[in-house]
Amino acid sequence: MKPAPFVRHTPRTLDEALAILAEVAPQDGRVLAGGQSLVPIMAFRMARPAHLVDINEVAGLDKLIVENGMLIVGARVRHGAFHKPVEPGPLGALLASVVHNIAHYPIRMRGTMCGSLAHADPSSEWCLTAATLDAELVARRKGGERIIPARDFFEGLMSTALKEDELLAEARYMLLPAGTKFGFNEFSRRAGDFAMSAALATYRIVDGRIADARVGVGGAEASPRRIPEAEAALNGQMPGDAAFRAAAEAASAAIDPLEDIQTTGEYRRDLVRAVVRRALEASVK
Amino acid sequence: MSEKTPITLKINGRDHKIAVEPRRTLADAIREDCGQTGTHIGCEHGVCGACTVIVNGEPVRSCLMFAAQADGKAIRTVEGLAKGNELHPMQRAFMDHHGLQCGFCTPGFLMLAVGVLEREPQISDDDLLDVLSSNLCRCTGYQNIIKAVRAAAAEMRGAS
Ligand SMILES: Cc1cc2nc3c(=O)[nH]c(=O)nc-3n(C[C@H](O)[C@H](O)[C@H](O)COP(=O)(O)OP(=O)(O)OC[C@H]3O[C@@H](n4cnc5c(N)ncnc54)[C@H](O)[C@@H]3O)c2cc1C
Ligand code: FES
Ligand code: FES
Repeated sequence: MKPAPFVRHTPRTLDEALAILAEVAPQDGRVLAGGQSLVPIMAFRMARPAHLVDINEVAGLDKLIVENGMLIVGARVRHGAFHKPVEPGPLGALLASVVHNIAHYPIRMRGTMCGSLAHADPSSEWCLTAATLDAELVARRKGGERIIPARDFFEGLMSTALKEDELLAEARYMLLPAGTKFGFNEFSRRAGDFAMSAALATYRIVDGRIADARVGVGGAEASPRRIPEAEAALNGQMPGDAAFRAAAEAASAAIDPLEDIQTTGEYRRDLVRAVVRRALEASVK
Repeated sequence: MSEKTPITLKINGRDHKIAVEPRRTLADAIREDCGQTGTHIGCEHGVCGACTVIVNGEPVRSCLMFAAQADGKAIRTVEGLAKGNELHPMQRAFMDHHGLQCGFCTPGFLMLAVGVLEREPQISDDDLLDVLSSNLCRCTGYQNIIKAVRAAAAEMRGAS
């Protein structure tokens, strides 16, 4: 249970970090953020990186601001930063309601939102949030930058569009319009465990009916994503039991369920039906 | 390559000048290199919480941090809770409410509870329960641990 030897690099600026990453990436170099996923994997020797680029002292990556209608979350912003709303609108409240489901308090003191996104566990609450809200992910490499929409970022189980020499510098979320309703729900066997399925829903009410519905499902497929069939079942309907059940049914039917030793495809569909309905019910509480 | 580098771990106000490999976890350095064996190690992958210590005011899993990352930071461990012969209110509450049996998990629970209550003295009962779900105990039963922490929380609020 001890990590294999590695060289630790401690850049102070982003340029320095990107230069080191460019150099060590081909020799199995990786970014070390909060270490709350990477260190356990190293302890199990499931990863033996030769170099770690520790970004915990890099200036500027602790950015957490609203700019041009977007919330910008830098790579050093830890889960715990979202315990209280980071902005006064619905987005701040949504992130605060989701964050309590991630691991445990001491892990939230170290783990980062960008680290979760880069790690891309199918059950990650932040990956589900980024997919549901169509976040923009800002990847930086030595001499370049690109912005990757969430829907192109998650490529499968623990796999993203990031190249080895790219650092996820920021995640950006559009602020949600005032009055946006949201609800989150996940199912796991013990508090703090990874979810066996999770759902996040947002919508507005226009003339008494649901508009701009977003329904995201995580932990059920290789990557979290929006489920258009469930959104279609909501838009134009009155918020309430009938619409919520129809959306839950649609989501359950639409997924291509992950199966494992404990979870058959049928069971996963049942879980998705339950978490989508409960997320929608939470939106009206 | 992964040579030892000199670092200073400031544990409970005392400087420990040690040399560690980059892969040395903070938990191992506290115990093996600094001889402070009050901090326990259970799972070494972040699940049990036995290794919880306070770094710069934040309760963290010391098995998931490298010692070199804590160089120069203020570290607090269970050895630093009592003032001389006077136990910390949290320690006394664990005794009074039978919050421990074998005591293996206790240093982790103490540092977790003290760390969170110092940051959030007005934390709600529900949130405190959620916080205590972070750590595992295999013998006492959680009810007495919860009772102990709630009692100490009330006392710590009164004192501040
Ligand atoms: C007991 C336990 C329970 C947990 N439960 C949950 C849970 O319920 N839900 C959940 O979502 N997570 C959970 N986690 C994981 C936790 O949220 C991690 O913090 C998170 O997955 C990774 O973030 P990190 O900052 O710790 O990244 P690290 O562990 O430092 O890195 C993880 C991976 O991402 C890469 N990486 C990190 N940051 C960047 C970046 N900026 N650019 C490029 N690559 C990067 C690293 O190279 C590494 O491959 C749990 C962890 C533990 C130990
Ligand atoms: S030893 Fe660190 S959490 Fe178990
Ligand atoms: S008292 Fe024995 S493990 Fe908690």
